[in-house]
Formats: sequence, structure tokens, C-alpha cells
Amino acid sequence: MKEHIVSIWYLIGQIMVVYGILIGGAGIYYCFYPPPEQLALTHLHADLWWGVFMLALGVFYLSKFRPSKTKN
Amino acid sequence: MNLVPFPLLAVATSHLLHLSGIDALIILIYFCFVLGIGFYLKRFTKTSEDFFLAGRSMTAWIAGLSFLSANLGSLELMGWAGATYQYGILAAHWYWIGAVPAMLLLGMIMMPFYYISKTHSVPGYLQLRFGNKSRTLAAITFGVMTILMSGINMFAMALVMKVVLGWNLDISIWVSSLTVATYVVFGGLLSAIFNEVLQFMLIWLGALVIPILGLTEAGGWSGMVKRIHEQFPATDYTHLWSPLSSFSANPMGIHWTGIVFGLGCVLAMGYWTTDFLVVQRVLSAKDLRAAKMAPIIGAFFKMLVPIIVILPGLLALAVLPIKLVPENAAVAGAHTYNEVLPLMLARYAGPGLLGLGITALIAGFMSGMAGNVSAFSTVWTYDIYRPLLKPNAADTHYVTVGRWSTLIGVLVSIGAAYLCMQFKSIMDYVQALFSFFIAPLFGTVLLGMLWKRATNAGGFWGLLAGIGSSIGMYAWVKINPAAIKYIALSDHAQDMAENMYRALWSWVICVAVTIILSYATKPRPAEELTGLVRSCTPIPTEGHYPLMQRPSFWAVIVILIFLILNFIFR
Repeated sequence: MKEHIVSIWYLIGQIMVVYGILIGGAGIYYCFYPPPEQLALTHLHADLWWGVFMLALGVFYLSKFRPSKTKN
Repeated sequence: MNLVPFPLLAVATSHLLHLSGIDALIILIYFCFVLGIGFYLKRFTKTSEDFFLAGRSMTAWIAGLSFLSANLGSLELMGWAGATYQYGILAAHWYWIGAVPAMLLLGMIMMPFYYISKTHSVPGYLQLRFGNKSRTLAAITFGVMTILMSGINMFAMALVMKVVLGWNLDISIWVSSLTVATYVVFGGLLSAIFNEVLQFMLIWLGALVIPILGLTEAGGWSGMVKRIHEQFPATDYTHLWSPLSSFSANPMGIHWTGIVFGLGCVLAMGYWTTDFLVVQRVLSAKDLRAAKMAPIIGAFFKMLVPIIVILPGLLALAVLPIKLVPENAAVAGAHTYNEVLPLMLARYAGPGLLGLGITALIAGFMSGMAGNVSAFSTVWTYDIYRPLLKPNAADTHYVTVGRWSTLIGVLVSIGAAYLCMQFKSIMDYVQALFSFFIAPLFGTVLLGMLWKRATNAGGFWGLLAGIGSSIGMYAWVKINPAAIKYIALSDHAQDMAENMYRALWSWVICVAVTIILSYATKPRPAEELTGLVRSCTPIPTEGHYPLMQRPSFWAVIVILIFLILNFIFR
């Protein structure tokens, strides 16, 4: 049986989940231990929200394009 | 893992940014991931069609995003953000009129001929249309220039990493280029395309944080414009067309005719429709409809790229407390225009987000380099090695040649990077050299596709005359700077304006010589031009597709958005 290539979107989903966890995790850490060097708009916790966004996008791609559902 | 924050905007230190452990981990994961994709895809690239054209199996979305990503190098991101700080929103012309009409021309008019002729490359099309001499001229110039450009970009990127992060030049050059070589050698164009789509996503995710937070800080678009006007009352940084009414009314020293005719009608058309680096991605499409849709999808996203390139430059004008200076006026402690993007990253991105931003820059560099080496490998194998050195070998032999030429191309690029390190003026000359070929090649290919009377002799000598005249004009201005008033029509013209007008004149000369010589020589019979020339080729219609699947429908939507954007920011 011919092997099909995994969808590129599935691969992108994988790295987004990993990055989302890392960046969002860093965001949670800095909520409790704020960095001494103040960046602009630190109070918005962009890292936390961006991490959550990437994680959600990654999970969406993993579920929508998982190999059993798609051919390419 | 080190989560302790580091000082991120260290003006007093030797470089701009300091990475934490989590940033390093994010970058390391990226390198492992792209190599993993190359290893995984190796098993799917067995034939030359697989290796050089990704099996002609890509969907319109993948071909379109890859088409755009191959052009979206990190130097382009940082360079145009810097140009925006210097010239204001005028820089957006290179993303809108300097790209969108050209992409639509490629998709709607030219792609059918590239695709129906089943050519493997742009020089390959020239061989079918104008004979071997034109193909050889185009292939050799493209091959040499692509590899040299790749080396220059590699050196420039390593230099940026040294300035921004303090990284060692040798390590930056060897690690990034050998990573690209590995995944392209394994998976060919398929691997390059997969990685380019991944890199496209990472570039957006890494860079989008800056405009979102920048606009929040500046108080939205109107707040940003107000701050820019308060800080720079004498210069118009926020209008796209109104400062172009005269040569002296804008910092670029260019008139709207240069932007419309030089950039929009010649230089951009030349780059987006004949530079094989980008056209190769579209040739990988699975059918003609996908091949036509790919540049249209690319055009849509190209219109959005100013959000992550032009907007950060404008926001820097509004929110940065320091004034940046030109490259040639840099003194210790000062920052140059080209450092806009890293400075904005340093302003908003803490550990984690900073790693993602740096990954975006590295991804941009690698996607551009993969584009260069995969295009070089194809042109070398199909247009130089096979016709001139070994015409009748087995298909597997050409795949092996493709793999070796990829590796050798990367090594030559590395050599060119080290040459630039020794002799920095080489960078200027090679970049100028590359610009010599684009405009005349567009004239030759366009006449070839649209005018059946164009002959082999007309095509070859027109191309040669266009290239020769472009070199002549460049040398004239170098020897006698006052000549710029004849080439660019104004004493006020800067380098960019000179490039626009030189491209325009070399295209006119190429077209004129091609037409005159074609009338003086015998045309090819119409039956030989089927699949190559518009009037001799039945083009499949889109009528049987539902409206939403027709490329022409989406092309109209893109044109409307393009016009609206130009009107809003006029």
C-alpha cells in the first residue's frame, strides 16, 4: 500500500503546540515572578496570551489534519 | 531551563538582545524540526519530477504560500522595516504596486504557458520558444547570480546575528547553511516547500506581536500618525501617493512615474514572473487551476505583509525614544535604520516571545536560501548539465546530480559569503548585477508568450541588448554621477530611483531590439508554437468551475482590495 505524506498543516500543528506550551508557560512564570527589567506593556502579559493562541491553533491543526483523516 | 529574565534592550552593551534558556530551546527545536522534515520527506523523492518539481502535486495553498515565503527573507523583513523608518509608508509600494499586479499577471496570463509547455524552468521555456542560445544565456546568468546572491544574503544575515545577538559569524554561516543543505539534499523541492510553509507561519507568528503591541501603545493607527506628525513635522511619512507628485517632495527622490512604470510595470513584473526562484514554486502545483490560484493566494498575503514589515517601521517612528541613523552615519552607541525590527522586538518581547521572534528571522533567512539553492540545482541540472554535458542519462542520475549540485551550490554560497567578508564592496556590485537581468528577461519572456512573430534571433539579441544596456547605464552613472539626471530624469534621484528607471530603459531597449530583429528574420511556423504562445494555444476555460473556485474571480477580489488599500493610504 502506497504511503501518503503527512499534511504540512499537521506538522505545523505539532510545532505550534510545543511553542505554545513553552511560550505560554514562560508567560505564567512571569505572572508570578515579574522580570526586573521592564519591557513596554508588560502588564498585558503578551507572552501568556500569545502562547495560549499558538497552543489553540496548534491543537486545531492537529485535530483537523491528523493523518487518519487526510491524504495530503 | 533558565527562565531568569535578561536585560533586553542593552544599548550600552556590544549587542542588542540577550537570549535566555527558553529562547535558545525554541531556536533549537526549530532546527531539529526542519531537519526532521527533510529526513521524513526523503523517502518520497525518488524521481527527478519529485526532486525538482515536488512531483507536481502541491495544492494551490501550499504552492502559493511557498511562492511568497521563498521571497520573504529575513533581510527583506529587516531591510524594509528600516526603509520604512527612513522613507515612511512609501516603502509599502514594494509590497502593493511592486508585487500584486505582477503576481496576477503571472497567475492569469503567463502561468498557463509555463504550465502547459511542461517546462521545468524559466530558461527551459526560453529554449522551447527561442532556442538553445537564449536558454544558455539565461541559465548561466541565473545560476551564477543566484549562488552569489545566496552567499551575500548568508553573510549579511550572519552579520545581523553578530550585531543583534553577538553570535560568531562562522557558526551562523555554517550551521544555518548546512541545515538548509541537508533538508534540500534529502527532500529536494518537496522538502524546501514544506519547510517554506512552516517558515511562513513562524515568520508571521514571530513578527505579528510587534504591530499588535505597538498599535496598543501608540493608541491605534490615528494615535500613531499623530505621534509621527508631532515628532517629524517637516516630513510626510504616512502618505503613499501624495508625496510622489515631484522628485523633491519625498525622501526617495522619485516621481510617481518611476514607481508605476519602473517598479510596477517592469521591475516587479520581471522579478515575480521570470525569476525562477519564485516561479519554480508555482510549477509544483498539481494542476493548471492550482497553478493559476497559487500566485493569487500569494498576492493576497503579500498585501498583508506590510502589517509585519511596514507597520513596525512606522511604529518605531512613533514610539522609540531614540533616533536611528543611516548605515553610513553610524557612530558608537547609535542604532541604524536596519536595526528597527530587533529594537522593536527588544521593546515588547520577553523570554519565549523573543526566541520566537529570532526564530522568525532565522526562518526567513533559511526559506530564502532554500529557494535559491533548489532553483539553482534545477537550472544547473536541467538547463546546463543535461543539454551541454550529459544529454541521455537515466532519470536517477539526474536526481543524484541535483543532490550534489544542491550541496555544491551551498558550499559555493559559503565561499561567496567569505569573499564578501574580505571585500564588502562585492555586495553592491553583485546586487547590481542581479538587477541587470530581471527587466530584459521579462521583456523577452513576455514577447515570447504574447507575440507569435517574435523570432529566435530577436529573442536572443533583444535579451543581450537589454542586459548590455543596463550594464552600460550602471557604469555610466558610476563613472560620471551627474549622468543620473539622464537615467533617472532628476538630480534628486537616489539609488532606488535610479534602479527603477534603469530597469525601465533596459526593458524598452530589449523589447525594441526584439521587435526590430524579429521583423528582419523569418518567424517560426505557428504549429511549432502551440503551448508556447497565446494566439497559438487553446487555453482551458474556467467556466465549468463554480464561481468561488475560479482563479479569475479571486483575481478580481485581489484587484479590488489592492485599489482600496491604495485609496485609503493615498
